[in-house]
This record gives sequence, C-alpha cells and structure tokens, in this order.
Amino acid sequence: MRTISKLFLLAIIALVAGSAAFAQSAPPATGPNLTIGLVMVGPYNDHGWSQANYEGVQYVLAKLPGTKLVYIDKANSADRPGTTVSQLGESLVAQGAKLVIFSSDDMTDEAIKFAQDHPNIFVILTSGSQQWKEGKNYLPLPNMINIMGKMEYMKMVAGVAAAMTTKTGKIGFLGPLINDETRRLAASAYLGARYAWVNYLKKDPSKLTFKVTWIGFWFNIPGVTSDPTQVADDFFNSGFDVVISGIDTTEAVAEAAKYTAQGKQVWAIPYDYARAIDEGKGVSLGVPYFNWGPAYLNAAKAAMNGTWKNHFEWNDPDWKNINNPDTSAVGFNKGTLSKEASAAVDKFIGELGKGLNLWVGPLNYQDGSVFLKKGEKATDQQIWYLPQLLQGMEGQSVSK
Amino acid sequence: MRDTRANRLLFQIGAVLFALLVTVLVLFLAGAQPFAAYKYIVLGALGSWDVVTNVLVSWVPLLLATSGLLVTFTVGLWNIGIEGQITLGAVFTTWAMRLLQDSGWNPTLILVLALLAGILGGTLWALLAGVLRTFGGVNEIFGGLGLNFVATALNIWLIFGPWKRPGVASMSGTLPFDRALWMPIAAGSSRLTPATLVMAVVGIIAVYAMIEGTYFGLRLKAVGKNPKAAYILGIPTWQNMMASFAICGVFAGLAGAVQVTAVYHRLIPSISSGYGYLGLMVALLVGYRASLAAPVALFFAALNVGSIQLPIILKLDSSLAGVLQGTLVLFVMLGNGIRARLIKKGT
Repeated sequence: MRTISKLFLLAIIALVAGSAAFAQSAPPATGPNLTIGLVMVGPYNDHGWSQANYEGVQYVLAKLPGTKLVYIDKANSADRPGTTVSQLGESLVAQGAKLVIFSSDDMTDEAIKFAQDHPNIFVILTSGSQQWKEGKNYLPLPNMINIMGKMEYMKMVAGVAAAMTTKTGKIGFLGPLINDETRRLAASAYLGARYAWVNYLKKDPSKLTFKVTWIGFWFNIPGVTSDPTQVADDFFNSGFDVVISGIDTTEAVAEAAKYTAQGKQVWAIPYDYARAIDEGKGVSLGVPYFNWGPAYLNAAKAAMNGTWKNHFEWNDPDWKNINNPDTSAVGFNKGTLSKEASAAVDKFIGELGKGLNLWVGPLNYQDGSVFLKKGEKATDQQIWYLPQLLQGMEGQSVSK
Repeated sequence: MRDTRANRLLFQIGAVLFALLVTVLVLFLAGAQPFAAYKYIVLGALGSWDVVTNVLVSWVPLLLATSGLLVTFTVGLWNIGIEGQITLGAVFTTWAMRLLQDSGWNPTLILVLALLAGILGGTLWALLAGVLRTFGGVNEIFGGLGLNFVATALNIWLIFGPWKRPGVASMSGTLPFDRALWMPIAAGSSRLTPATLVMAVVGIIAVYAMIEGTYFGLRLKAVGKNPKAAYILGIPTWQNMMASFAICGVFAGLAGAVQVTAVYHRLIPSISSGYGYLGLMVALLVGYRASLAAPVALFFAALNVGSIQLPIILKLDSSLAGVLQGTLVLFVMLGNGIRARLIKKGT
C-alpha cells in the first residue's frame, strides 16, 4: 500500500515537473507560414494608435512571405459588450492565428490570461512590461514578448515644437488615462518644451504654463470619459494656443482647425500615427509616431524560425534618420512649423542623437519632492514607472 | 379571425421571416453577402466547443436578467432599471470581495458571500425603483432610467476613484481578483463556470414554477392584468409590486455578481454588458412566457457571440446581431398587434 502511495506521489511530482518544464519553453516554431492575429483597442482606421499597429503588421506582411493577418478592432468592453479581450484573441486563433498581438497596455490582464491559457500561441503584449526582468511586474511567460518604442524622445520633440510656436506661453496636454506610461510621456513633452523655452528662446521657465487634462481613456467613450473635443475647446478658450494630444484619436487637431478657421490661430500636435497630421493642415505642428513594423517583423521571424525567447524591448529611434521605416521604432513627422521652430526641432533632434539627456537632475516631482539630484541620471525603471508628473506641470499626477 | 394556436404560430414564423428579410436587405445595402454573414454567425456560435462555451457564458447573465424581468412584467411593470440593478449587484460583489480577499477565509465561502452581496445590491436598487413608483408616483420607466444613470456614475466613480489601481485611472477597471477567487472554470474550457450555469437554470425553473404554479404567481398575474380589480378583490397591489421588484433585483444582482466573479474577475465600467436591455427584448419576444425564455435567451447569446466573426472574416460591423434582435422583437410585436386586431374584427 505504502509503495503504491509512493509511486502515486512520484507520478504526481513527475507530472508537475513535466508541466513546469513545458510551461518554461516557448511555443514550437510555426515554419514558413504564420497567421498573425491583431487585437486593437480602437478602430483599425482611427488615424492613431490602432492604425499605427495595423500598419505595423501590414509592413510584416509585405516583408515576410508566408504571413497572413486576421484582426479584430474595437476590442474594449464599451464597443463589444459581453466579450472579453482573451475571448476575442481566441476568435483569432480559431481563424488560424499562431501569433496574437494584444496591442494595448489596457489589455494586460486579459493578455496574461490568454498567454497562460494558450502556451502554444505566441503572444505580443504591446507597451506592457511583464517580460522585463528588471521591471516591477516581472511575470515570466515563455510565449510572451513586450514591445514598446522610446516615444519619450519624440514627445520631447513635440514639446520643443509646441514651445517654439506658442504665443501665449500656455501649452495644453490632452491626456488619456493616468498610468506610468501616460505620466512619463506627458512629462517628456514638458521636458522638451522647457528645454526649448529656456535654451532656445532664453525665457524664464516660470513663465511657461504646461497643463495636463486627462479624459479617462485612450479615446472618447460618451458618458464614460470626458469629451476630448470639449477638453480641447476648454484649452483654446482659456488662453492655451497649442495642445499636444496624448490620446489615440485626432480631436485636438480637428478643434484647432475649427478655431483657426474662425480666426483664432491655434495649433495642435496629434499622436501615434505618422499621417495623423493630414487632418489638420495648417494647424498641425507635427506628429510623434510609432513605427511598429520592424519590431513586429523581428517577432514574426522569431515565431517562424524557432528563435522566440520571451523578453522586453524598448526600442530606440534611428538617430541617423528618425523617419526611416525600416530602422526607427519612433519618429516625428513635421507639420506646419515656422522656419525658426522647424530649425529648432531639427537642432533638438540632432542634440538628442548626440546624447542629450533631459532626464537628468535637478528634477523634482510635482509635489516638490526630489526626483533626481543635481547631475543624477534617471534609470530606465525610474522613467518607465514615473510615479508623478514633474514640478512645473499642472494637472493630476494620480487619480483622486 | 379566430384566436388559435395555429395562427399564433403562423404570425410568429412570419415575424421571424420578416426580420430575416430586413436584415438581408441591410446586408445588401452594406454591400455584404447575407448568406455568408449568417453562415459565419452560426459557425461563430456553434463551430467548436470553445465558442459554444462562450455562448453559455453569455447566456447565464442574460437568462438571469430575463428571469427577473418576467416577474416584473407579470405584475405589469416595465423594469427598465434592471441595468442599474445589475451594476449595483456587481458593485456590491466587488465591495465584498475587496473586503474579504485578504481575510484568509476559504475562497468558496468568500465567493458565496460575494454572490449574496451582489443579490443584496441588486435588490436594494430595485426596491428603490419600487419605492419611487409606489410612494413617489414616479413611473418605473423614468425612475429606472434615472437610477441606471446614477448606478453608472457610481460605478465609474468607484473605478476611477476609491477602487482605482495603484496610481492608475483606467477604463480597464479595478485590479483583477486573485485566480483563487474566480468562480471555478470547467476543465477543457477557458471560461465556462458550471456553478453559474446551474444558477441560471435553477433560476428560470423557479420563476416558471412561481408564476405558473403558486398562489403568489396568481396574485402577481391578477395585479398585472387589472390592478384596480385585483385591489377590490382584496389582493394587495403595491405590496405585490414591491415584491416583484425585489425578486427581479435578486436576479439582476446575481447577474452582476456573475459578471464580476465568473466573467471579468474585476469591476469594469460597462459591467452590465447591456444584458438588462437585451433581457427586456427577450422577455418581449417570448410574450412574458417563462417556458420560452431559456431557448430564446440562448439564441440571443448565440447571435451576440457568433457575430464576432463578422468583423474578423467579412469586415462587417458586429452590430448586425443587434439589428436582427431588434427587428425580430419589432416584427413579433407588430404581428401580435395585427393578430389582435384581426381577432377583434372577427368577433
């Protein structure tokens, strides 16, 4: 009887060890054909975040023979009530997807559930940090990769463009929801604006107003979020003449165009998608955008040839040409800039490329506490998980 | 025309055919292939065990909401406020889970208490609509609508405020509960929870038995048919109305609790998923007959889940399922109206 119990115990241990070993390996290589499933939080043609992701996968299809795309957009509980994001991912698997891209940090919980439930499917959680060994939320999942571009640089460029353009010294930031990512991007825009204000325009930094207003999500959901059109209007009606958008859609540009057409010259800077400036000709100063293609291409190749390894990547721009579609993870597409502003933007990009770092002390958090002492450089973790806005910025740092 | 079972069936079949025809027309106008659309909806709802389980997951809260509404419809009340009652059920469930999640208590006990809290939340919110109706003279449709807005606002305030994730304010909701506090999932499925299936089935059977087989059900019907006559015959009107609100609130609260413990595992802004309004359509479509509620709710759930295939395969909007559901209800009601007129003329 005792022997049987021992054998039973050994069998259980073997089973557990076996499943643990299985859980520690990446899915098998797919070979020459790969169907990519893409789950987008907004419409695939939103001229913002979702469209940038969609075109990122289109780039893969063009570069990598044997790849196919199936996608579902508007994957959020307001647009698709009663569904969950992991369920939508499974719908793509049913259509043959072996690599599923969950293209929003907002899908984190469901993407993790999906990756755990489907260890044989490759998973990309865009803009997440769960596979970052040095990150705060490290949760090793062998089938998952996190990808993000260093948008912080391009938000700084946007800040420079805004500071060089504003006549009132008041810059608005139309923020989405409040989290680590959005705080650090808003702070980056502020750092760029302040740098240009002080170093290029030689003005007093206390005379620069930089205000962040959050709407509550990446795009407008009537009755749930604040209306971004209304928020943009509030900025323009209260003396702000440049609005930098941090949301996925283009309301800020549309409103800037409306106000300018009515005789009040204002400007806006959209976000995410390279062609987002097309909507606001004459009022759009440029757009900081993501170029997901190269990173998605590498991930697709890894899934096909068996070199997949879970990891986190935070990809740099190509400083030789930030708008190179094959090499740069982020870029800045210049719009309607004055000659002086355009030159300042070019100069700033050049300085960044040569190693200019604006995440250097002295820098304080918004509440006055010390973030970085004089000369101290922020670590990647300090930037990624920025807990507050910076001193000099107006607006909420955390949700109240 | 005489009121026979045969011509009632004929009118209902006619309504279904008209609804299908209208949807086909909509698809043609959208430049899509109608038959391909229907094919993919069917495959998306029945094509594999995975999608069948998704249909069942959607069926549970829908059937619970419909069960509750059958009770309020029996007494002649339009409980539009059910959306808010589901939401409050979810809020109370989340509240209980947050209080107990670190208590070290047995997870099953925590889940049971959370479900009971959800039931309490739904019931209280329904009773509030009842009080407004009975003592405040506020029609339950307007009172219910108002309370729905209040419930949504309360829910969003909690998610973006006191119950927010550390440092984060997001539409994606509160932090998910630990897996140990998820309603147990059936082997071989990603999300089917047998316990909730049992709740929904027992619930609709209980409502059927109550309405069709008890004295209480008879009293509800009497009040529903003619409140004044019922009152004169000694049936307390407002007490029965309040009781029906409370019973509907129990089911709605349970639906909200299921959404939190078995579907989303957290509180999200649109936690009711529109099951209250969809439940109203199911109840209308079945003519308030509990015996038909389960299959029709299953059909609606299948349409919702199956229609996800439309954007994936045909690049069509999945709201087509809503068009079909809406037209179906409209034509059935229209058919009933025409039939009643013809019968009246014939007598």
